[in-house]
Amino acid sequence: MEEVQLEVSYGRTSNESAIEIDASHMDTRELNSLLRDLMLSGYERAVLRNVCGQRYIGTRLYSPQRRVMTIEIHGTPGNDLGAFLFGHRIVVHGNAQDGVGNTMASGEIVVEGRSGDVTGMSMRGGRIFVKGDVGYRSALHMKEHDQKRPVIVVGGTSQDFLGEYMAGGVVILLGLYGAHTASFIGSGMHGGVIYIRGEIGEEQVNSHVLISRPDDADTEILGSQISAFIERFPDLSLDVDCILDSEWTKLSPRSSRPYGKLYASTAPD
Amino acid sequence: MRSLVLPEFTISRSEECDRCRACEHQCPFGAHTYDVSKDKMISDSYRCAGCQRCAVFCPKGAIEIRPAPSFYRPNASWSRERIEDIKRQAESGGVLLTGCGSDKPFRIYWDHMLLNASQVTNPSIDPLREPMELRTFLGSKPDRLSLRSDTDTATDPFLMVETPVLFSAMSYGAISYNAFQALAIAASRSGTFFNTGEGGMPSEMKSQFKKHAIVQVASGRFGIDAEYLNCAAAVEIKIGQGAKPGIGGHLPGEKVSQHVAATRMIPEGTDAISPAPHHDIYSIEDLEMLISAIKEVTNYEKPVIVKVAAVHNISAIASGIVRAGADILAIDGVRGGTGAAPKVIRDNVGIPIELAISSVDRRLRDEGIRERCSIIAGGGIRCSADVVKAIALGADAVYIGTAALIAMGCTLCQRCHTGRCSWGICTQDPGLMRRLNVDDASRRLVNLLSAWSHEIKEMLGGMGINAIESLRGNRDQLRGIGLHEWELDVLGIKGAGE
Ligand code: SF4
Ligand code: SF4
Repeated sequence: MEEVQLEVSYGRTSNESAIEIDASHMDTRELNSLLRDLMLSGYERAVLRNVCGQRYIGTRLYSPQRRVMTIEIHGTPGNDLGAFLFGHRIVVHGNAQDGVGNTMASGEIVVEGRSGDVTGMSMRGGRIFVKGDVGYRSALHMKEHDQKRPVIVVGGTSQDFLGEYMAGGVVILLGLYGAHTASFIGSGMHGGVIYIRGEIGEEQVNSHVLISRPDDADTEILGSQISAFIERFPDLSLDVDCILDSEWTKLSPRSSRPYGKLYASTAPD
Repeated sequence: MRSLVLPEFTISRSEECDRCRACEHQCPFGAHTYDVSKDKMISDSYRCAGCQRCAVFCPKGAIEIRPAPSFYRPNASWSRERIEDIKRQAESGGVLLTGCGSDKPFRIYWDHMLLNASQVTNPSIDPLREPMELRTFLGSKPDRLSLRSDTDTATDPFLMVETPVLFSAMSYGAISYNAFQALAIAASRSGTFFNTGEGGMPSEMKSQFKKHAIVQVASGRFGIDAEYLNCAAAVEIKIGQGAKPGIGGHLPGEKVSQHVAATRMIPEGTDAISPAPHHDIYSIEDLEMLISAIKEVTNYEKPVIVKVAAVHNISAIASGIVRAGADILAIDGVRGGTGAAPKVIRDNVGIPIELAISSVDRRLRDEGIRERCSIIAGGGIRCSADVVKAIALGADAVYIGTAALIAMGCTLCQRCHTGRCSWGICTQDPGLMRRLNVDDASRRLVNLLSAWSHEIKEMLGGMGINAIESLRGNRDQLRGIGLHEWELDVLGIKGAGE
């Protein structure tokens, strides 16, 4: 690959298609412009150092040619990390804030810490792995179509309002650091599935949600996604069988039309 | 349960009827049937929606549909509508749904404003022999320009419309594929824009129509990915809609056909639920974040529109939206149309667009931020004079929805929510949808826009104005008639004769 002349002094190439960037004095727009230029000039991997609150990292990277790159983040990225993400891979060596993977279409986000509210909101494809916990309203209105089935795997648990209006996809909470105690799960849920390790009571879920035990097909999904999680966080030294062997709760929608009976027509039928 | 509601319409059939059964075929509500034993057409007026499809298509002109003369004992407090709504709710236990904009007699301010014309002291302009400029640029305008002859001056992204009328958001799913296509074709032929609403854009239409599409991001985030957002001229964040401010929307599962599902990127047959708010927007700061995220994903190449319903504090809300970075503010008045809305919301929430335009324009001017954002006004624009009055009150352009549907054949029967539109507009039924011919419908839309454009030029010329730019916020061209002092104040216009 040709050497690319960048107009930034802090960019230095370490190997052919990878680059390291010191983001300490860059604002959001500047950093994302740089990433876009790098992607368009053929870089496949960028390591960002000293990230401090810059938002929408990865968002500017749509190209009709569907180029993809890997972005490694050291520091703390700002809100909407990977919003509308289109096939890229983002790894955060630390915590992430609100809106991780907002409306993302494909790709992968790995957070080696916790991530904030509305994680994976309206996500329609790709996967998010969070080592720690996630905040309120996570997986809200996640949806799936055809081959596109988004997945969120969380090492810890979530706060209230998980999976509201969920229309598709898979959410897995491993509860590695304590039981899931939050409530109001799945209001308006009409698709997709949530698996939570441990016991979930009726009082924690909305009436639109059916509580059951995972069957064999579920265990297969769990097995493959948990293995993927373990691969991403080897330092946790987890054993997939051991985790699968615990008690699991499956939450699924009672109906694909939760509000079907709410309305009446002004017209005679 | 047997319905205790009286029929709304009376169907009468004259002697001319030769029992061709065309009406039976035309009526999607099953109001006409043929009785073989008696060789007679039978009508069930309970089923009639008053859509007039049968009347138009009866080859003998034998059918007449009229409001039913039957009545409940007149009572100023208990109108027929109040009585029947109660009966329907007692029968169903549900929130009453309806279609179309509110039919309530809120004051239509358009009809209480008169336009000016030049007489003697300054000449009117003859649009037949002099150029008249209707072209409008929608977007954020800079405070100042520094021009250099050797480079192009950079501006923020904008929309250029050849006439200040755009088609408002009507989603594929709410309207049929044919109607959606007709709007797209007409927009591209007329140099204006159509709006995908929140239903996404069918993938086969993306490349052909992307220059004329405004794509919407609503709370359900249907059909949205980076590609969809980039296959558009502008992106609209829908916060609210005039027909149902403050509430979400549910496209019922039966309208989510395979193709609608693919376009919305959801499973076939599930309800498409749009929550009331965007759950990542709980404040102006959060709105700023979504606007920025959209600008990021479209590489700052497309203007971002924020659409809100006209509500009580609309001017303060507008100020916040402009400060959050919207390039265009779309405001939808209380009479704005819908494919389905709870009747109680449609008829009781919001304010008329005329008052909203004026108060928003004034507020943004007072705060010195009017140029940062264009205003598109919608919800009750019925004719070219309404367009001219809206612009004189301070809008940059208007959205039309209902008027466009009427151009395609809609008769405002308010049955859109049933999915059985007899004109093939608001339906996913393949048989009904075929009734709408795409070429014919798009031609009607193009004709409407061209007729209105000519009329707008006539009105402008009469005022001695040769560019629509000079009309914007030019309230001096308006006078109120039959209005109270407070109404004149809010509109910022003088009374007729003053
Ligand atoms: S609903 Fe329409 S087609 Fe059916 S009877 Fe009434 S007017 Fe005729
Ligand atoms: S779109 Fe169809 S169903 Fe809706 S009001 Fe018009 S004619 Fe009636």
